[in-house]
Amino acid sequence: MSANFYYGIEVFLNGMMAGVLYSLVALGFVLIFKASGIFNYAQGVMALFAALTLVGFQNGQIPFSNLINAVFGTNIHYFGWNMPAFLAIICTLVVMIIFAYLVEKYVLKHLVNQEPIILFMATIGLAYFMEGFGDLMWGADIKKLDVGLPQGGNIWLEENTAFLGGPDFYGFYLDNLDMWATVFAGLLVVSLVLFSQYTKTGRALRAVADDHQAALSVGISLRTIWVIVWSIAGFVALVAGIMWGSKSGVQFSLSLIALKALPVLMLGGFTSIPGAIVGGLIIGVGEKMFEFLIGVPFLGGATENWFAYMLALLFLVFRPQGLFGEKIIERV
Amino acid sequence: MNAVDSYVTADGRTIGAPVMEMKNITLRFGGVTAIKDISFDIREGEVRAIIGPNGAGKSSMLNVINGFYHPQEGEVWFHGKRRHAMKPHQIAKQGIARTFQNIALFKGMSTLDNIMTGRLTHMKSGIFSQMAWWGSAQAEEVANREVVEKVIDFLEIQAIRKTPVGRLPYGFQKRVELGRALAAEPKLLLLDEPMAGMNVEEKEDMSRFILDVNDEFGTTIALIEHDMGVVMDIADRIVVMDYGKKIGDGTPDEIRNNQDVIDAYLGVAHE
Repeated sequence: MSANFYYGIEVFLNGMMAGVLYSLVALGFVLIFKASGIFNYAQGVMALFAALTLVGFQNGQIPFSNLINAVFGTNIHYFGWNMPAFLAIICTLVVMIIFAYLVEKYVLKHLVNQEPIILFMATIGLAYFMEGFGDLMWGADIKKLDVGLPQGGNIWLEENTAFLGGPDFYGFYLDNLDMWATVFAGLLVVSLVLFSQYTKTGRALRAVADDHQAALSVGISLRTIWVIVWSIAGFVALVAGIMWGSKSGVQFSLSLIALKALPVLMLGGFTSIPGAIVGGLIIGVGEKMFEFLIGVPFLGGATENWFAYMLALLFLVFRPQGLFGEKIIERV
Repeated sequence: MNAVDSYVTADGRTIGAPVMEMKNITLRFGGVTAIKDISFDIREGEVRAIIGPNGAGKSSMLNVINGFYHPQEGEVWFHGKRRHAMKPHQIAKQGIARTFQNIALFKGMSTLDNIMTGRLTHMKSGIFSQMAWWGSAQAEEVANREVVEKVIDFLEIQAIRKTPVGRLPYGFQKRVELGRALAAEPKLLLLDEPMAGMNVEEKEDMSRFILDVNDEFGTTIALIEHDMGVVMDIADRIVVMDYGKKIGDGTPDEIRNNQDVIDAYLGVAHE
């Protein structure tokens, strides 16, 4: 086999791992959409906010230090200690749960029974608020995030696969971080699916997603469920924030990964957890392979920017509910 | 009748003191008065029917009992205590379960899962215990699953246990909805037109289930129904509503001979 064939495989594997990262973001959307019918525009910003908070805790940053300094004329920035990654993650999780509670109390509670578009607008507002709030709390500079996950290429894999493709092939180059992200995303999805299928709260989540009135009549409190859903979405945002933040630094552009999740949702369907995963994989692999096979040789490259949206458009024409979405049946 | 009375029916069931008392309930939507100053009670162990022409306010009454609507005037008494305005999910926890006129099931979920949601008020395990699928959470799932299996046997729906309810025919959906309400082991079961849109055979099945529930578990039932024949057969006492007002209250025989009721249903000759 020629070296090109193995490069193709490498591209494929890298595509899968990129896809998993897209899935992580898409998953947050699906969770909230399923349970409350809200398309949460703020999901990307939640990932950014979670990552900022995590870095802040790790570095012992004083929250709102710039604001405090400006108002009181002080010059404080750090507490002077570093928090271990594990503890910082737990603290961030607590912050995300508090955030979920506040969103329910101050936004969702007042918008019960409103049109989906109004809820959508509310989440746009929420996104901008959080973006500003995150900056105010932790500062707007680009930060490095390191929770101790291994970075860089996996040497072992590279050396042990070098023999495959002859003298022109140097072995598969896969990023350690991407591989860990894949493992975590896999675990996350499996546990979410199990949780929603086999526990009473999971059942209540699905019930609320299906019918609010009926859910109330069997004793489910919508407010509690919404807080739980937004907390879980916050947790997923945190995982996504850690993975993307470790890869490319914690900065504003992190919130734009939400845009990459859109085509994933079109493919997988807005209501399916496995759909988010498969959709992410198809987009990830699809855009890398398209670039490798067609983009670079024939189109001059840079197809990755638009391929996903193109694919989503095709899906909208031929299968609007996505691969795994609930079929849209209108009973007459 | 005295409020503390209890008596034994002709078929040997004991009807106890009132569990639910509606006192001078008035419900308005803007300028429209859906319920005008209605009082009645529901006694423990009885099958109480609410009947009336379309738009009489029957479903509104059920929604008041169940907490979806809050009346502007009047008091709701449950188990001898005045009930203050509560959310529907809190009322469900007090032991009031219901079905809906236009079936409100969780369509994407299986029959089994739908009926399991009826057990939610009986499940106490914390979210972390559930996440770990450990200890109390697991034991609780198993115990409640047993109750659900009994309900499934009782309603003879073993064959559709794993089917998503959205795919079931109408009659079965009605039955699953009844199952979900039964699984809660309610003190008061509210049925909003349990037989609407059914054929004769399905109606007979449903009547039998309702009577069996009442007989075997002693469940107090309040139901709304259009089919007069069915109501006269299964109800112990009947409230008749028309244009939001109560025009009759009594046993099927009394209702049959009530002139106001006859007028409302058959119309009055205007001279």
